[in-house]
Amino acid sequence: MSLLAVSNLAKRYHRGSKPFAAVDDLSFEINPAETLALAGPSGSGKSTIARLVLRLIEPDAGRIDFEGGDFLALSGAALRARRARLQMVFQDPLAAFNPRATVARVLDDPLRIHNIASRAERPRRIAALLERVGLDASLATRAIHEISGGQRQRVAIARAIATKPSLIVLDEAVSALDVSVRGQILELLLDLQRQERIAYLFISHDLGVISAVAHRVVILDAGRIAESGDARAVIANPQSAIGKALVDAAPRLNRNRP
Amino acid sequence: MNRLHRFFRTPEAIAGALILALLIAMALAAPLLFSGDPQAIAGPALLPPFHDWSLPLGTDRLGRDVLAELFHGARTSLAVGLAAAAAALLIGAVIGTLAGFAGGLVDEVLMRITDAFQTVPSFLLALAFVSIVGPSLGVVVAAIALGAWTGPARVARAEVLSIRERDYVAGARVIGMHPLEIAFREVLPNALPPVLALSSVIVAAAILTEAALSFLGLGDPNRVTWGGMIAEGRTVLRTAPFLSIIPGVSLVLTVLGVYLAGEGVVESTAVRRSLS
Repeated sequence: MSLLAVSNLAKRYHRGSKPFAAVDDLSFEINPAETLALAGPSGSGKSTIARLVLRLIEPDAGRIDFEGGDFLALSGAALRARRARLQMVFQDPLAAFNPRATVARVLDDPLRIHNIASRAERPRRIAALLERVGLDASLATRAIHEISGGQRQRVAIARAIATKPSLIVLDEAVSALDVSVRGQILELLLDLQRQERIAYLFISHDLGVISAVAHRVVILDAGRIAESGDARAVIANPQSAIGKALVDAAPRLNRNRP
Repeated sequence: MNRLHRFFRTPEAIAGALILALLIAMALAAPLLFSGDPQAIAGPALLPPFHDWSLPLGTDRLGRDVLAELFHGARTSLAVGLAAAAAALLIGAVIGTLAGFAGGLVDEVLMRITDAFQTVPSFLLALAFVSIVGPSLGVVVAAIALGAWTGPARVARAEVLSIRERDYVAGARVIGMHPLEIAFREVLPNALPPVLALSSVIVAAAILTEAALSFLGLGDPNRVTWGGMIAEGRTVLRTAPFLSIIPGVSLVLTVLGVYLAGEGVVESTAVRRSLS
């Protein structure tokens, strides 16, 4: 059974007086420990889908089933409790954290909110989380703005895995990182997936990155699915016009990756 | 340290800080230097200043020591000014944050209440409140705060409206944080700086309002206040103008000091912002 099943999802916005569909009758599924990539040009609805799946915004129509239950039916405390299983990593790791926070506080929050560890036990859990994402435990006392972008994104991943989720939405999570750091973060994500069996909804406009990490890809155009299928097969031989345009726009170096 | 250094760069800030330091020193030293009741009779009535060095600023109509009254009055002015401003900022920040963060009906209701308070002149509100509840220090503080919280509420709301769209607020929702905790722990602390920039204006206005209430006889009758001293001196304005002038000048200097120091703080944080 699929982990996340999205069916006939729709979200309309109003541009001036006339409505336009940011997400239009969209359906897809993600299996446990699978990476599904959402690709598409800007404005194709990628981030809107991320926010809909996370219930940061509400859809106008459609259904989202997560871990076998109707996710849209949850509200209040039940929804907040369920959120432990469905996490997110944002594109800009600086904007994603309270500017006053320290690394320790950022990681303490999910542990405290979901009662994962007692107050006395939490410092040890925070150190373990930092080590899990390849950071030194001494980083805990530092302020978020004092550490590097790559370290910050590792902290974001540590925060996302703190509650042992089954699915993490990665909204352009490596796009703001420089190339060498990007490779390391992707390795970390693959390693976490192998060990913890976490599924990823991987949103990116970078087809090179997608073919390196994703099992399947959905290519979006104006809120609709243009094509979907095995990631490498689709990227090697796109059928839709938008898929061809995306592949042609990708830098040549990425295209020769295994 | 660095921040302090920047604060003392402008002469206005230095002047403001000096006046405030002097005022605070007066307020703190009042019970030590003038340990007796400042409202007790200390000498002949209407002694002019600089005549008798045991009573350097002379005495009022009833023979009370004007210098002792001035020191004890500084205590009242400062206490009321700071307490009223703190209460106004607290109420304003909480209401503004709730309105801005919750949005919808909550926002609508809270902001219409804010409108209602803002349309009534704040001094009239304070006057009515004290006349009904009765004059005591706590009531005066509440009465002044009642008319002063709307400004901070509007500023806090505007700031919260922009902050609530940031990624870290979405991030807090994603980890399952309770909306109230998001509002008061994630959003409010980041919305505070522009709200706190209002504090000098509010402290200064609160000191003036307290003086005006006391002048009208609506201050705490058991405390010496500068407004009360001016009211007391008013009846003998022609023969002993110093009785009104001394507390009047103190009031002007205090408000000036608060303004200047507040301006210095805003200036020093503005520099910090443009640099970062």
